[in-house]
Amino acid sequence: MRRLVQTYAPLNTPVVSIENVWYGYDPERPVLRDVSLEIPRGKVVGIMGQSGCGKTTLLRIIGAAMTPSRGVARVLGTDTQALDHDGLYAMRRKLGMLFQFGALFTDMSVFDNVAFPLREHTRLPGELIRDLVFMKLEAVGLRGAAQLMPAELSGGMARRVALARAIALDPQLMLYDEPFTGLDPISFGVISRLVRSLNDALGATSIIVTHDVQETLGVVDYVYFVADGQIVAQGTPQTVDGSVEPFVDQFVHGKLDGPVPFHYPGAAFAADLDLAAA
Amino acid sequence: MAEPAVRAVRAARAVRALFERLGAAVTARLWRLGFASRFLFYLLLHSGTALRRFRLTMREIYFAGVLSLVIILVSGLFVGMVLALQGYHTLQRYGASEALGVLVALSLVRELGPVVAGLLFASRAGSAITAEIGLMKATEQIAAMEMMAVDPIARVVAPRFWGGVLSMPLLAALFSAMGIFGGYLVGVKLIGVDEGAFWSQMQAAVDVREDVLNGVIKSFVFGIAVAWIAVFEGYDAPPTAEGVSGATTRTVVTSSLAILALDFILTALMFTGGNGL
Repeated sequence: MRRLVQTYAPLNTPVVSIENVWYGYDPERPVLRDVSLEIPRGKVVGIMGQSGCGKTTLLRIIGAAMTPSRGVARVLGTDTQALDHDGLYAMRRKLGMLFQFGALFTDMSVFDNVAFPLREHTRLPGELIRDLVFMKLEAVGLRGAAQLMPAELSGGMARRVALARAIALDPQLMLYDEPFTGLDPISFGVISRLVRSLNDALGATSIIVTHDVQETLGVVDYVYFVADGQIVAQGTPQTVDGSVEPFVDQFVHGKLDGPVPFHYPGAAFAADLDLAAA
Repeated sequence: MAEPAVRAVRAARAVRALFERLGAAVTARLWRLGFASRFLFYLLLHSGTALRRFRLTMREIYFAGVLSLVIILVSGLFVGMVLALQGYHTLQRYGASEALGVLVALSLVRELGPVVAGLLFASRAGSAITAEIGLMKATEQIAAMEMMAVDPIARVVAPRFWGGVLSMPLLAALFSAMGIFGGYLVGVKLIGVDEGAFWSQMQAAVDVREDVLNGVIKSFVFGIAVAWIAVFEGYDAPPTAEGVSGATTRTVVTSSLAILALDFILTALMFTGGNGL
C-alpha cells in the first residue's frame, strides 16, 4: 500500500525541492533546462534517463557539489546557494551518498572506511566507534569482512561497504549514483533490498539516479524521467510501467526506436555510399 | 602586382597567429600558476588538521621519507665515492690531496646533497604523491570525502604536503652524510689519503652557519617546491588514466626544473654576498 499515488500529494516540508533549475557548462547548451521536482520525506524516489541526459548533474546539484545557473535548489530546508563553506559541510553531514563504484578509500580496511565519518565528525570513544561500525557492517551483512582491504572485495561487496559507510552518521537523505551498475543478479538483489530496508529503518529519504529501469521500478515509490535536461514524465512504478507516453514506453521497455532515434543524426545513407553519383 | 600584396597579408596573418598562440600559451601558464598559488594559500590556511592530528602527517613522512631512504642512501654513497675519485685526481696535481675531505664535504653539504636528493625525492616521492592523489580523484574518493563533509585539502593534501616538506631536509642531510662516508671509504681506505688530515681539514673548513645551515635552507625550499608541485598536479589531474599519467610526468619535470632554477637563485643569494658580485 506504500506505493499508492495518493501518498504523493505535496507535503509541507519536502526533503528536496528543485525549482526552475537551469544548469550548463556552456550557456548555449544547458545540461538542465527548467527542472522542477519535489522529493517527499520518507520515500525512495528514482531519477531515470539515458546516459548524459543530466540526471547525475541533478544529483550533484542536490548534493550541493554544483550550484544551479538559475533557479533554486532547496535541500533539507536550506537553499544550497546561500550556504558558505561551514554551512555546506554542516548540511552534508545529514546526507549520505553511494557512488557508482563505491569510492572506498583504498588505503584503509573495510572497518576503517566505515569508521571514517565517525572518527572525523564525532568525538566518540574508540570502543563505541567499534560497536557502531560493527552494527553498520552487520546491517549490510559484512561484519565478517571488517579486516579486509577494498582490493579484496567483489564489486557488490564494495558497494555494500560503501553503503555502510554512507549510513554511518544516520543520514536524513541518501543519494545513490547508479547503485546497480555492473552488479550480478545476487548482488543487485542484495543492494536493492538494502536500499529499501535501510531507508525505512532509518526513516530517511532516498534518491536513486539510474538507468536500470526494471530493477529500479521494483524498489522506488515514485520515479522521474529526465531526457535532454528536462523532466519528461513522472509517476508511480505502476503508472509508469503501463504508460503510453512515447518516451516512457521506449525507455521502460527498451525499444530500439522512438522519440530517442536509433540513428545518430547525419547525412543520408545513400549520400555516404555515393549512390546518388552512380 | 597583386601577388606581393597577397603574400604580405599572408605573412602578417601568420605572424599574428604566432603571437596569438604565444599569448594563449603564456596566459594559460600564468592562469595555472595563479590557480596553483591560490591552492597553496588555501592549503596553508587549512593545515591545522595536518599539524593538530600529527599522526596523519607522520604517516606521510613514512611514505615520502622513510620509503625513499634506500635510493637516497645508495645514491649518496656513490656520489660521495665518485667525488673522492675525481677530486683526488685534480687535488694531487697541486699537492693538496689532504684537502679531499673539504672538497667532498663542501660539494655535498652546499650543493649536491640538497640538489641531488631533491631530484631523487621528486622522482621517487613527488611522483607517488601525484599519482596517489590523482587516482583518489579518478576513483571518486576525493568526491566521496567532500560528500562526507570532510575537506580533502585538509585531510588528504595538507598531510602529504607537510610530510614532503619535513622529509626533504632530513633526506638531504642523510644523503650528504652518506656521501661523506663514501668519500672517506674511497679517499682514505682505498686511495690512502691521511685519515687525520681528511677529517681535521673538513672540520676546520666546513662552517655550520655558512655551509650546513645554507644547505638545510636549500633543501627545505626544494621540499616546499616539490611537495607543492606534487600535490597540486595530483589534485588538478584530469580524472582519467592519461590525465594521471600526464600529471605524474609533469610533477617530475617541473619539480626538477624548479629545483635547478631555485638552486641557482639561492646559491647566488647565499654564497656570493661577500665578494661584491
